[in-house]
Amino acid sequence: MSGKVDRSGLEAAMRPAARLKRIGALIGKESKQIMRDPSSILIALVLPLILLFIFGYGVSLDARQTRIGLVIESPSAVTEELAASFDGSRYFSVQRASDRRTFETALVEGRVRGIVVIPAAFTEDVSAGRQPQVQLLLDGGEPNTASLVDGYVRGVLAGWAQQRAVAAGAAAEPAISVAPRYWFNAELESRNFLVPGSVAIVMTLVGTLLTSLVIAREWERGTMEAIMATPVTAGELLIGKVVPYFVLALLSMTLCVVLAVFQFGVPLRGSLIALYILSATFLIPALGQGLLISAATKNQFLASQVALVSAFLPAFLLSGFIFEIGSMPWPIRLLTHIVPARYLIPGLQSVFLSGDVWPLFLTNMAAMLVIGAVFFLLAARNSRKRLQ
Amino acid sequence: MADAGTGPAAEGDIAVRLEQVTKRFGEGAPALDGVSGEIRAGEITGLVGPDGAGKTTLLRLMTGLMLPEEGRLSVLGADTAEDARLIQTAIGYMPQRFGLYEDLTVAENLTLYADLRALPAAERQAVFDELLHFTDLKRFTGRLAGKLSGGMKQKLGLACALLKKPRLLLLDEPGVGVDPISRRELWKMVKALTGEGIGVVWSTAYLDEAEACDRVLLLNHGKLLYAGAPQGLTARVEGRVFHLTGMTGRRRPLLERVLGEVDVVDGVIQGDAIRLVLKEEGTEKPDWLAGEENLSLKPVAPRFEDAFVDLLGGGPGGRSALAEATRKRPIDGDETVIEAAGLTKRFGDFTAAEDISFTIPRGQIFGLLGPNGAGKSTTFKMLCGLLKPTEGRGRVAGFDLRRDAASARGRLGYMAQKFSLYGDLSLKQNLEFFAGIYGLSGKHRRERIGLMSEIFDFSGWQDMSAKELPLGIKQRLALAAAVMHEPEALFLDEPTSGVDPITRREFWTHINGLVERGVTVLVTTHFMDEAEYCDRISLIYRGRSVALGSPDELKASVAGPGLEQPTMEDAFIALVERSEAGNGEKAA
Repeated sequence: MSGKVDRSGLEAAMRPAARLKRIGALIGKESKQIMRDPSSILIALVLPLILLFIFGYGVSLDARQTRIGLVIESPSAVTEELAASFDGSRYFSVQRASDRRTFETALVEGRVRGIVVIPAAFTEDVSAGRQPQVQLLLDGGEPNTASLVDGYVRGVLAGWAQQRAVAAGAAAEPAISVAPRYWFNAELESRNFLVPGSVAIVMTLVGTLLTSLVIAREWERGTMEAIMATPVTAGELLIGKVVPYFVLALLSMTLCVVLAVFQFGVPLRGSLIALYILSATFLIPALGQGLLISAATKNQFLASQVALVSAFLPAFLLSGFIFEIGSMPWPIRLLTHIVPARYLIPGLQSVFLSGDVWPLFLTNMAAMLVIGAVFFLLAARNSRKRLQ
Repeated sequence: MADAGTGPAAEGDIAVRLEQVTKRFGEGAPALDGVSGEIRAGEITGLVGPDGAGKTTLLRLMTGLMLPEEGRLSVLGADTAEDARLIQTAIGYMPQRFGLYEDLTVAENLTLYADLRALPAAERQAVFDELLHFTDLKRFTGRLAGKLSGGMKQKLGLACALLKKPRLLLLDEPGVGVDPISRRELWKMVKALTGEGIGVVWSTAYLDEAEACDRVLLLNHGKLLYAGAPQGLTARVEGRVFHLTGMTGRRRPLLERVLGEVDVVDGVIQGDAIRLVLKEEGTEKPDWLAGEENLSLKPVAPRFEDAFVDLLGGGPGGRSALAEATRKRPIDGDETVIEAAGLTKRFGDFTAAEDISFTIPRGQIFGLLGPNGAGKSTTFKMLCGLLKPTEGRGRVAGFDLRRDAASARGRLGYMAQKFSLYGDLSLKQNLEFFAGIYGLSGKHRRERIGLMSEIFDFSGWQDMSAKELPLGIKQRLALAAAVMHEPEALFLDEPTSGVDPITRREFWTHINGLVERGVTVLVTTHFMDEAEYCDRISLIYRGRSVALGSPDELKASVAGPGLEQPTMEDAFIALVERSEAGNGEKAA
C-alpha cells in the first residue's frame, strides 16, 4: 500500500452528480429529523396556531366598551342629555357619580380608563350661551388607550353639540362636515391587520429561530464535526439546511393563511402568487440570519436567546406590525431599516387588505434581498469548513 | 525523547507526519506545543493523555478541520492546510459522541454517511451487510440510534466511519463510558482493520488501553512526553515495580508511611496489596521494611501507568493535610454507616436498579463499578436521598432515607460527576456557598474556609471563576466543598474521570487519609484500576449487582487455566458472562 492518497477519489467526489447526491442525502436527513422531532413540529405548526388564535381572538387594539367614570357635579336636564350621549356610545361603559374623588382610586388601579367631569357651572354656561367646559382625566400609563379615549370623548361631545344646534333650529349644517371612510379595513378591525402581520412573525420563528436551533444542536451533539470530516463542502451543508426549512416555513405560512381567511374571515384581496413571492423573498434574510446566528454561537441556548432578541422581538416591535414606524423616534426609525420583517409587513397587509401593489412589493423585496445577501455572505464566511 | 519503536519506517508506511505542531486557543498555554511524531499504517497508535492534554485537538488537526498556528501535518502524503478535502475523502473519523443522528435509525445513519462518502450504489448492499455483520447490528437496523446502548452506538459510529474503507481511521476516545465487553469487542474489530493496512489512531485517557497499542504518543498539557511502543515506556520502570503484601491490619496507614520514604516513586492500593514503584532496581528488602518480618516485596510486571507517573517525577506523597485536620471518629469493628437493602428504582417499565444490597462499615471504601448506564448513579442517588427508591430502603449514619432524608444528607458529603461547581462563581464564592448550604456559620465557617484554602493551596486561584480553573484545582475545590462540614460519609461520583495520574493520586491520598479518620466512602467508577483502591466493590451491570466482594476475591473467583493472573477487567467480563449464563438457565 503506497503512502500517498490518490486524487481520483477527490475528483469523483466533486463531480456534479456526486454533489447533488450529497445535497439530496442532507435534505432527506433533515426532513426525517423535522418529522421526528417534536420541537420542530411545535415551533413550525403548534406555535403559529397559538399565535394566530391569540391575535385572532384575544388581542384587539380597538377600544370598545371602555370603562369611564362620568362625574356630574350638579345634575340638570342639560347634563342629563350629555350623559345620555355617553351612555349611547358603543365605545364606553359609563359609571356615574357626583364627585370626582369617587373615581380617583379606580383610575389609579386601572378599573376605569378615564374620568369625564361635567362641572357645576356647565348648565349655567350653556344657558348663558358661553363656551361650556368639560374636564377629561386620563391614565397616561396607557398612552394608546388614553389617546383613544380622548378621541372618542371629543367625538361624543361634538355629536352632542351638533344635536343641540340642530334642536335649537340653528343652521342645520356646520360649516364643514367630514365624512370619513376607512379604506381596506372598513370596520377598522385590528384583527384584519394583526393576523396578516403574524404571518411574518411565524416565518421569523421557523426561518431564524428553528434553523439556528437545529444547526447549533448539530454542533452540540458532535454530528456537525463528523459530517464535516467527510468530503461534503460548506456550500452543500448550507443548502442541505436551508432548503428543508424554507419549505417548512412556507408550509407554516400556508397554514396561517388558511386559518386567517377561513377561520377569522380576514379578506385576501391580492393574489396567492404575490403572497408566496413576498414570503419566499422574506425567507432569504430570515434563513440567512438563522445560519449566521448558529455559526456564531454553536450552542442551542445562546442561539435561541440571540434569535429571540435579534429576530423575533424586532419582527414584533420594529416592523410596523403593532407600532407604527412613522411615530417612532428617528434613531429607532433608522434601526427598523435593517429589520427584514419591516419590508414584509406592508406587503402582507396590502395582499390581504387591498390587493397586489407591485411597485410597493418590488421595492420591499429588493430591500429584503439586500439584507439576505449580507446575512448569507457573513454566514458563509463564518462557516467555512473549520472548527475553532 | 527515545523512540523505542520498531525502528525507522519506510516513507510509504507513514500515515501521518507531525512536524512541530503548535495550536493555541486564545491566551494562555498552547493546547499543543511543538508536537512532532508519526503515525504508521497498519498499526494502532494510541493518543494517550488525561483530559485537556490536547488529544482531541490533535485529531481535529489531522482531519484538516483545524489548522495549526505553527508547524505542519502531512496526512497520507497531503498537507492538511492545502488539501483538507482530499484528506477527507480518505479518512474515517469518529468524534467523541460517535457523530450519530439519534433521531435516525441505524440503517438511515449508514445510508446518510454512504451518500456523503459517495459509496457507489452497486457496492452498497455488500458493504452494509459486511459492516452490520462485523458490528453485530443486523438485528437493529430499524432502531433509532438514540435508543441504542452505549456499546452499540460506538459500533455504529465505527461502521459509519468505515463505510468507504478509509486509509486512516481516527477514533476520539471510543472507549469512554462503554462497558468493558463492548470495549474489548471494539478493540478486536479495530485490530482486524490494521491487518488490512489501515492506520488507526485511538485516543484514550485510560492507561490500560494505551498498553495494548502498537505505539503511543503520550501527551500531557499539550506536550509530547513520549513517542514509541508502550513497552519502551514501561521498560524504564522494569524491575522497580513491586507488590507489598503480608500486612496485618489496615493497609492505608502503611501506604502513607512507605510513600514518605525517599526511594519510593509511587504507591497505590491494589486489592489486598500495595503496589510500589521504587527509585532503584533491586530485590533486597529496603531498610525501611527491616523488622517487619511478615511484609514481603514481590516483583510484578510494570504497567503503563507506573511508567507515566515515573516520567512525571513520581506521585505526590502519602500525607493528607486534609485528613490530619479532620476530627477522628473511632473505627470499631462492624458499625454500619451506609446500608442499602433491596434498593430498586423503576422509571416506567424500565428498571434502572434492581434489588441492590450492601453494607459499608465505618472507615471503609466501597465501590460501585460498571459502565455508563448500568445503574451506578441511580443507586448512588437513592443513597444520597436525591431519588426515592421504588422498593427497598437505605440508611446513612443511622438515618432512614425514606423518613429522614434531610438529616441523612446533613451527615454526608457529595461530590457529583464532573465536579458540579458553580462555573460563574469564583473559587472563594464557591467555598462560601457550599459552607452556607451545609449550615456552617460565623467563626466556624471562616475557619473551615481558611483551612480548606490552606490545605488545598488555593491562594492565587481565589478570584478565578470556577469554570476557568485547571482540572486539578477544580477537583480539589469539589472535594473541599464536599468535606467542609466534616461529613461522616462521603459520596464520590466518578471522582477522577479524565484527570492525570498525579492528580488522581493526590485525590486518593486525601480519601485514604479521611478513611483512616473514620470517614466512610461510597465511590462510583468505571475505571477498573480505581476499583482496586476500594475495600469492597459491587459490579453493576444492566441495573443488577452481578458480584460483590473485595477486588482480590473477585479476581480470584475467575482465575483458572489460561487466566492465572486475571485483571479487574477480566474479572468483570467473566462475572458478567457468568451471570448472563445463569439468567439464561433460569429463563429456560
